[in-house]
Amino acid sequence: MNIVVCIKQVPDTNEVKIDPVTGTLIRDGIPSIMNPDDKAGLEAALRIKEQNGAHIAVVSMGPPQADAVLREALAMGADEGYLITDRAFGGADTWATSSTIASAIEKLPYDLIITGRQAIDGDTAQVGPQIAEHLGLANISYAEDIKVEGDYVIVKRQFEDRYHVLKAKMPCLITALSELNEPRYMTPGGIFDAYREGDVKTFTRPDLAVSDDNIGLKGSPTRVFKSFTKALKAAGTKVQLDPQESADYIVEKLKEKFII
Amino acid sequence: MNLQDYKGVFVFVQQVDGKVTNVSYELIGKAKELAADLGTEVTAVLLGHQVDGLCKPLAEYGADRIIKIDDKLLETYMTEPYAYCMAETIKKYKPEAVLVGATAIGRDVGPRISARVHTGLTADCTGLAVDPESGNLQMTRPAFGGNIMATIICPEHRPQMATVRPGVMKKLPREEGRTCPVEEFVPADLDQHINVEILEVVKTAAAKMDIQDAKILVSGGRGMCSAENFHLLQELADVLGGTVSCSRAAVDAGWAEKDMQVGQTGKTVRPNLYIACGISGAIQHLAGMEDSDVIVAINKDETAPIFEVADYGIVGDALQIVPLLTEALKREIVAKA
Repeated sequence: MNIVVCIKQVPDTNEVKIDPVTGTLIRDGIPSIMNPDDKAGLEAALRIKEQNGAHIAVVSMGPPQADAVLREALAMGADEGYLITDRAFGGADTWATSSTIASAIEKLPYDLIITGRQAIDGDTAQVGPQIAEHLGLANISYAEDIKVEGDYVIVKRQFEDRYHVLKAKMPCLITALSELNEPRYMTPGGIFDAYREGDVKTFTRPDLAVSDDNIGLKGSPTRVFKSFTKALKAAGTKVQLDPQESADYIVEKLKEKFII
Repeated sequence: MNLQDYKGVFVFVQQVDGKVTNVSYELIGKAKELAADLGTEVTAVLLGHQVDGLCKPLAEYGADRIIKIDDKLLETYMTEPYAYCMAETIKKYKPEAVLVGATAIGRDVGPRISARVHTGLTADCTGLAVDPESGNLQMTRPAFGGNIMATIICPEHRPQMATVRPGVMKKLPREEGRTCPVEEFVPADLDQHINVEILEVVKTAAAKMDIQDAKILVSGGRGMCSAENFHLLQELADVLGGTVSCSRAAVDAGWAEKDMQVGQTGKTVRPNLYIACGISGAIQHLAGMEDSDVIVAINKDETAPIFEVADYGIVGDALQIVPLLTEALKREIVAKA
């Protein structure tokens, strides 16, 4: 079977800091990583490959540097990588991003497509289901467990207070949660092999059949009107007392506020 | 696309097990404000099976009209039949805006609907407003893990769609006896839109208070040091009539359940009182709780960012202070009684 895994290179948002003077995002020196949900999706694909046998293609859309996450995926055990990169694809919202990625996936053989639920820089959780929509496939989001049985996938689909066990016929698309598994490390041999020439192929604008109306900034229904850093509310009082005094202080304040 | 043809603010009503999810009432509350600014009305779109009984509360919480799609196939949520019904509703009724709760259901069905009707969808909004000049919806959301806020518009496509975080908007006071017209809609060939089979439905959370509904939250983080120490928080919460929540660090350490997590990747809360115990206050955490009415923070590290949002900051060890606080509150309550 053929599995396509979509991965994104993201800044490690846990490391992102706000410049206290200018109030802007400090991006310099922030490491780039493979998006955690995507990495879990890749690990799920690798486990299917180990159990059932599969060919895994990883696909990433981004600037040329996104090559690094594709190499990482190859070093973990993926079979080939595709980088979708072109200035014409830049500035895309989730609609244009998903239509671009869908048109790249159309060029590849696939039975199963796995994406992460959401990327930590955007947190939208939209691109996976939208790729499925553009390709006319069923999608199962928020996967906690994935099994392949014949032509079907059986997926544990998470909700806030329950899970559904769902069965879908392939081809279909699944979005993976990072809780799905513990992704493996790259192997030294894998890293060596991953940097051989030719394993990562590139799709640029002329390679994809998608219409100009559905890519990049021009193909994006949404626009960023403005962005700003959130003003934190004014700091309150801070005290350092011994534990008993601290407890009494809190009680006193809660009484002042009529909470107790 | 003629933008003028699109009128009205629609709310996707999420119901599970025949109960309307709270966020749907919150969205109706916000939609009323937007509709007033736009000079239009609020329509609640209700999907499910045998859901007649839900029309009453929807009207009482402010819906001006209900579109009801009632079918056995819609009894339990599935992506495709729900996406199909919503897309058909949009094609038929042409709303200018559609609001969906940013839940595990809304964040799945929302993107499929928007892709199908070819419009934009702004995810996880925390603010919605109407631009008085253009009439466009301004949809504000956190990005980069809550580090920045972005206001998004969708100027040339309709409807303007947004998913909205639960717990952020306020529902209106319930107006007993308020009614509104209910219109039934039956999209054609719904049975052709079943592409996934439900093998099993398993409820996971015990019948405990949802942290988003709690008026008082006692929240623990890395500084609680162990799962056992969460009992200290439970005892404090019991005295206050509150609920225990936690930071991501506590979930990652395996001390607390994921559904108790406050923050960007957890839930947004705004209780009357939030007591943060041993939580340093990563920006992702603050994004989920900083709108709480009163915030008390107890942390050993006096430079912890949690103190920047706390009304009352106590530099000290939560493990020592929390039990003493529980005792002090018990005495206070006895004294009052």
